[in-house]
Amino acid sequence: MTTLNVPRYTPVTPHTNGRYAVEARNLRIYYGHFLAIRDVNLLVERKKITAIIGPSGCGKSTVLRAFNRMNELVPTARTEGEVLFSGQNIYSPEVDPVEVRRRIGMVFQKPNPFPKSIYENVAWGARINGFRGDLDALVRESLEQAALWDEVKDKLNQSGLSLSGGQQQRLCIARAIAIKPEIILMDEPASALDPIATLKIEELMRELARDYTIIIVTHNMQQAARASHYTAFFMMDEDRAGMMVEYGPTERIFTNPKDKRTEDYITGRFG
Amino acid sequence: MSAATLRDEAFIRQLRRRKRLGRGFELACLVAILLGILVLLVLLVDVFLDGAAWLSPGLLTQFPSRFPEQSGLRSALQGTLWMIGLTAALSFPIGVGTAIYLEEYADNNWFTRFIEINIANLAGVPSIIYGLLGLGFFVRGLELGRSVLAGSLTMTLVILPVIIVSSREAIRAVPRSLRLAALALGATRWQTVRHHVLPSAMGGILTGIILALSRAIGETAPLITIGALTFVAFDLQGPLDIFTVLPIQIFNWVSLPQAEFHGLAAAGIIVLLVMLLSMNGLAVYLRNRLQKQW
Repeated sequence: MTTLNVPRYTPVTPHTNGRYAVEARNLRIYYGHFLAIRDVNLLVERKKITAIIGPSGCGKSTVLRAFNRMNELVPTARTEGEVLFSGQNIYSPEVDPVEVRRRIGMVFQKPNPFPKSIYENVAWGARINGFRGDLDALVRESLEQAALWDEVKDKLNQSGLSLSGGQQQRLCIARAIAIKPEIILMDEPASALDPIATLKIEELMRELARDYTIIIVTHNMQQAARASHYTAFFMMDEDRAGMMVEYGPTERIFTNPKDKRTEDYITGRFG
Repeated sequence: MSAATLRDEAFIRQLRRRKRLGRGFELACLVAILLGILVLLVLLVDVFLDGAAWLSPGLLTQFPSRFPEQSGLRSALQGTLWMIGLTAALSFPIGVGTAIYLEEYADNNWFTRFIEINIANLAGVPSIIYGLLGLGFFVRGLELGRSVLAGSLTMTLVILPVIIVSSREAIRAVPRSLRLAALALGATRWQTVRHHVLPSAMGGILTGIILALSRAIGETAPLITIGALTFVAFDLQGPLDIFTVLPIQIFNWVSLPQAEFHGLAAAGIIVLLVMLLSMNGLAVYLRNRLQKQW
């Protein structure tokens, strides 16, 4: 297996001995003066799929984007608290967001391949991050892991935009894998896809969870129940700030929720 | 639904009225476009009738002269090509750089807004004002003299606001999802701009620049203001030589009393039009060629 030639963090304060892939501690996010996320504490298990569910507008995507500092691209967003990754707070001043995003990849809601060839879509991220090695092998390996290789191996030079929606999304997953991240964030990756393409993505997630930690935002409870190992339920409080109501193994959340609000949501009484 | 409600007489009368109104408007629009085309055709035909007899290879290779049959556009063509080349070389990096900075890097604060408002206003400033600025700053202040370089610098000022505005629009049209995709892969801002935003926006940027340059080809006022000559009978050797351009040469011929020179002027206009149309054609070609599908 080829690896990227990028220096790794050294754990500074191993609060939890690096047991978790990433930890949010008292995470608060503001948009301007509006408190969007209130005091989230979330310990994400390594090499498992953690689903974030909840009604629209409860800040699921905002929390997800906090894990790779994509919120910073929103001019008014401000983050407080800590996100510990390998024991290091990714929001501390000496950490470069580019470094964070290189280690924590992301797949977006709407497939957004580059208007370039399939090959170039996968290779670009590795190349700009200074990959030295067999690029062809990396592209093949990434496409295989994304369960797309067989469908595109004869047309690697065609535009990524020539693929179907589901294929495009798997191309975006291959693109994320190619830079060898430790965590993959997925923001409703199947919401723009048909049911068959959705199932393919879910299967793929289970496969990927052997090597990667996956955090997925979904508004589809069945998807969370089918595909994830852990589930975090979010909702808005009275001030319209998003907060985490309950978090635990998916099976328990769906069969034996402790919080009344979780039960109401998963039984379809609101949301 | 019964047939009675379908054949509602009042409604049908009103519908006929609505459709007549629509046809009337369509007709008015047609008249408007025909008027424009008609005037253009009359102009073209008139110029062509006057100038066709004077179109010859000599027109392009001879210097101007006091004998009409020995007169040509050699120095004016050289001047125009030099000026367009230099203006393009100067305005492309400055204009596109400004647009990239404003769209991709600048914070949305009072300083940025101040710059934006000023650029928008500069686009409306009469070109002769730029000519006065060029005369004071480039010709006298920097002591470039009445050179083609001074003319190009002045022309760069004239078209920069247009280039900046059109480049910004091209850059803004690149979907945000493309930038997010690149940034989420650990790309720096520059890598995102260099590899994704610029290639996607390049069609629109080039179109804007070519259209701005074709405006510069026809501009006369600022160049006369900085003192471009009306009679040049030697080859342009370098950027610091004095120069003339096509519209000034045409203007010069029109102002002479002999009818032959008016024919020459018409021929000059045809040459100028051909240059303009080919540049506009190139712009359309580039736009279609480089336009990205998202």
